[in-house]
Amino acid sequence: MPQNADNILDHNELFNQPEYLALREAKRVFEDARPVAEVKNIEDWTKSWEYREMNFKREALTVNPAKACQPLGAVLCAAGFEGTLPYGHGSQGCIAYFRSHFNRHFKEPSSCVSDSMTEDAAVFGGLNNMVDGLANAYNLYKPKMIAVSTTCMAEVIGDDLDSFIKTAKTKGSIPEDFSVPFAHTPSFVGSHVTGYDNMMKGVLTHFWEGQERKEGAGINVMGGFDGYCVGNNREIKRMLGLMGVEYTLLSDPSDVFDTPANGEFQMFNGGTKLDDVKAALNAKATVSLQGYSTDKSCDYAAAKGQEVVKLHCPIGITATDKFLMEVSRITGKAIPAELELERGRLVDALADSQAYLHGKKFAVYGDPDMVYGLTAFLLEIGAEPTHLLCSSAPKGWEETMQALLDSSPFGKEAKLYPGKDLWHMRSLLATEPADFVFGNTHGKQLEQDTGVPLIRVGFPIFDRHHHHRYPIWGYQGSLNVLVKVLDKIFDELDRNSINGVSFEFVR
Amino acid sequence: MSSLRQIAFYGKGGIGKSTTSQNTLAALAEMGQKILIVGCDPKADSTRLILHAKAQDTVLSLAAEAGSVEDLEIEDVLKYGYRDIRCTESGGPEPGVGCAGRGVITAINFLEENGAYDGMDYVSYDVLGDVVCGGFAMPIRENKAQEIYIVMSGEMMAMYAANNISKGILKYANAGGVRLGGLVCNERQTDKELELAEALAKKLNTQLIHFVPRDNVVQHAELRRMTVLEYAPDSKQAEEYRQLARKIHANAGKGTIPTPITMDELEELLLEFGVMEQVDESIIGKAAA
Repeated sequence: MPQNADNILDHNELFNQPEYLALREAKRVFEDARPVAEVKNIEDWTKSWEYREMNFKREALTVNPAKACQPLGAVLCAAGFEGTLPYGHGSQGCIAYFRSHFNRHFKEPSSCVSDSMTEDAAVFGGLNNMVDGLANAYNLYKPKMIAVSTTCMAEVIGDDLDSFIKTAKTKGSIPEDFSVPFAHTPSFVGSHVTGYDNMMKGVLTHFWEGQERKEGAGINVMGGFDGYCVGNNREIKRMLGLMGVEYTLLSDPSDVFDTPANGEFQMFNGGTKLDDVKAALNAKATVSLQGYSTDKSCDYAAAKGQEVVKLHCPIGITATDKFLMEVSRITGKAIPAELELERGRLVDALADSQAYLHGKKFAVYGDPDMVYGLTAFLLEIGAEPTHLLCSSAPKGWEETMQALLDSSPFGKEAKLYPGKDLWHMRSLLATEPADFVFGNTHGKQLEQDTGVPLIRVGFPIFDRHHHHRYPIWGYQGSLNVLVKVLDKIFDELDRNSINGVSFEFVR
Repeated sequence: MSSLRQIAFYGKGGIGKSTTSQNTLAALAEMGQKILIVGCDPKADSTRLILHAKAQDTVLSLAAEAGSVEDLEIEDVLKYGYRDIRCTESGGPEPGVGCAGRGVITAINFLEENGAYDGMDYVSYDVLGDVVCGGFAMPIRENKAQEIYIVMSGEMMAMYAANNISKGILKYANAGGVRLGGLVCNERQTDKELELAEALAKKLNTQLIHFVPRDNVVQHAELRRMTVLEYAPDSKQAEEYRQLARKIHANAGKGTIPTPITMDELEELLLEFGVMEQVDESIIGKAAA
């Protein structure tokens, strides 16, 4: 055996030992594998313009879309409320997927239960599952609130959450006055972004509907579906704290997905107090940092009489300025000198590195707000966005993005690809390479196939640790994004010049 | 939403549900009500008499063409017919494939989210057959139809269906606001039809809101793809539908929680009225000698 306890080989080394090489060669014979040269030829052809044109005519097939399903978003949203247990009305496998997704991204446990619908529930409806599931979840885990979302199966058979939850209450599963907000989140409609929005609206509706609004001085802030919610929410709270603004952050899972190892397990650690959600109806305005991810929730707040400001990921000077100035305008609180100082430092940092950023070409894919935020940042630093792809682009996204691109000479070459997937992106990068591509871990294979270096910004990020702890919004967050970009630029520069004349000590 | 009245018509297939509902809604439109009809039947014939044509552009057929419901515009699926009645059909899959129930859910969600209900006095759902699955119960969910009208006749299967639909309503009525508005009996000229319908209504804890007599003018109008209200506004039959419309209009908030009966009770009822003969239990399951 090549592996032994005295000298443990890592799997890369191990699987290149002669025994394993022989094994793989034998497997090729067994599988009647095509000759290596032929496979290489076809692979090369899939990177040609001819293939790209065929690829873009694709109608009835999606390959590797850069989006996840609705209930995933609903679970993240629900986790951000005080003592809240996210609950999936559906089969166990779906919920296992949401939990493992968050485990792998945040490297933290994720509390979420399902009512375990099986074949009989598909035939007779999931009412009994809801009645038993709510009772069990309530008695076992003792949450303060259970937020129910649905999976495909419950949606196809048409289970009605509103009536099921009411029935479960009359049957005594949970007390009458126990809060069970809900959202219908069919996975086959929209994306994780839509699901987040639906759950947010479900929670707001639960606490606000039928209540009288008395306008106060505070504001609500919504983060939307955000893989950086740990770092970003803390940064948002810090900035608003410096301004002295009275605010409620609607859904704050920052302490759920960053728990200390102090020997105590915190099953629920959502940061938004339920009483604060109730009182949030009285807020003067709601400011969303991801307008597409909270679209219907914002409309709901507006219908209740609040002013609504929809932003799209405040990355960079302009976007952060806009956020702070809007908050300042609404609340009448001045932007403190400390934040101005941070702004100045960011401007200085951008200027220091300008020579390396100017004219660099970036492809971007991700959630609608994220693509907007990153593109705006690229334009601001004089880089050139090229292929901008959003699998979950909502109506109006393309027009809003085009207006952004038209506002800068650096946006001239950029092309928008709403509703396209990562197999399209592969064709784009193979035929018209960018210098770098912004994306999540799913971009890893793009990098492998096309050689375009991946800068990891997005969700999910499974193969790098702890990035979610650092904000990407605000002046400090923008500095983090800048450093991510520069690190990759310099690593590439060094890698490409390692045997050359310009392997410089100072960059 | 307070001024919007939402109602639904259910009933056994072929009972004249769509005919009755369209004539009644046409009469409501005469009374100045602004009406939206949502056809929840994959056959998409719930608005044919109002539009003088079968609606070809159903929500789901257009969605299938465009790729997804998200790609649709509301104007594409709303048609305007007699007296400006707004019409739309959910449509659905071909028989034998897919899930028509999910189609109903998808279509109603789309209509609500895109403002199809704005400015309406009435929304009326016309739903096929029994409440066969959760999708076909969509119109009786919370915040949808406040009252359900069941179209039936004196035939046993129609009464059986009416009872079944009551069971569906009961499921939602206990926890929510949906109520049974009443039975509409479409005369089939069966024995003691009126009495039987009244007796069933009583058993179900509801009322026979109207007994619509049989009249050939309905067929004449149907051949011309018209409601009687439009084809022969002065006919006696048009007046019947007007009466029904007035009764429904005055019935707001007066619906009840139904008390469905068992199959045995239903059979007893038919026996009582002499519609069914007492069966000799000793012959059941015995082949001819």
